[in-house]
Amino acid sequence: MSIAPIEIERTESAEEVSAVVEPDVPWVTLVHNDPVNLMSYVTYVFQAYFGYSKDKAHKLMLDVHNKGRAVVSSGTREEMERDVQAMHGYGLWATLTQDRG
Amino acid sequence: MAGHFETVPGGGAAVALDEVEVSILRSLTVQLLELIGPGEEPEADADPLAALFAEGPSKPPADPALRRLFPDAYGDDTEELRAAAADFRRYTENDLRARKREDALVVVRALDGLDTEPEESVLLKLTPDESRAWLGTLNDLRLTIATRLEITEDEESERLYRLPDSDPRKPMVMAYLWLGALQESLIETLMS
Repeated sequence: MSIAPIEIERTESAEEVSAVVEPDVPWVTLVHNDPVNLMSYVTYVFQAYFGYSKDKAHKLMLDVHNKGRAVVSSGTREEMERDVQAMHGYGLWATLTQDRG
Repeated sequence: MAGHFETVPGGGAAVALDEVEVSILRSLTVQLLELIGPGEEPEADADPLAALFAEGPSKPPADPALRRLFPDAYGDDTEELRAAAADFRRYTENDLRARKREDALVVVRALDGLDTEPEESVLLKLTPDESRAWLGTLNDLRLTIATRLEITEDEESERLYRLPDSDPRKPMVMAYLWLGALQESLIETLMS
């Protein structure tokens, strides 16, 4: 992710996904870091699509940026497919996966 | 306010653009429309029900920029995941292409509605809905240009920013940075 159009930061390689997932919901949506999407844009998308507060959206964006990826939502497989499709619509790189944790 | 969107009282955003900027934006957006293309949709005169149930492609696009705009939804570690990604693509890619095309058309229409004069800036005004369409297209343009410039790692992009003026990629890098500044200022108007 890019902080601002001109600045580019180094990003650490992917670590463990940090968000806590309910044990009975087996699917999660992951957003992956990329060097193009602006940090402000990713925060905006998390607020606009998920309805997250500015603080939560900002924290998730930083997780994506610093850890390489973050869990942004969890639920049924169908719900996560919907979220992933929406993220692709916004141009974010997202995948869904079955949470093994 | 040249080059930066500002909030318009009562909602929406506005930016002053000169003739060259309008022309560059239009040209890039038309290229994006050509890249996204009509997808694998049925003919216009086909049965509307058939269009509704038409399936999209199951394989990722060959073009790297399109692959970035329409990525796989599942990992590709196993045969099962690849099959799931193919299914997902079949049912979603046409919709996604249509949505991105709609956004890009909003941009082209707004630019075509401007009365540009040589050497003069013209004020482009967007409603909140148009702002969101512009935001999507500006992002798609940056993703596409970044793929063409092979910006895949942060280190590579840093190197690109220091290109000498003689480098053939320089104009595209300048466009990429300008679009980023434009997008950043548009986000600010939507977040305020």
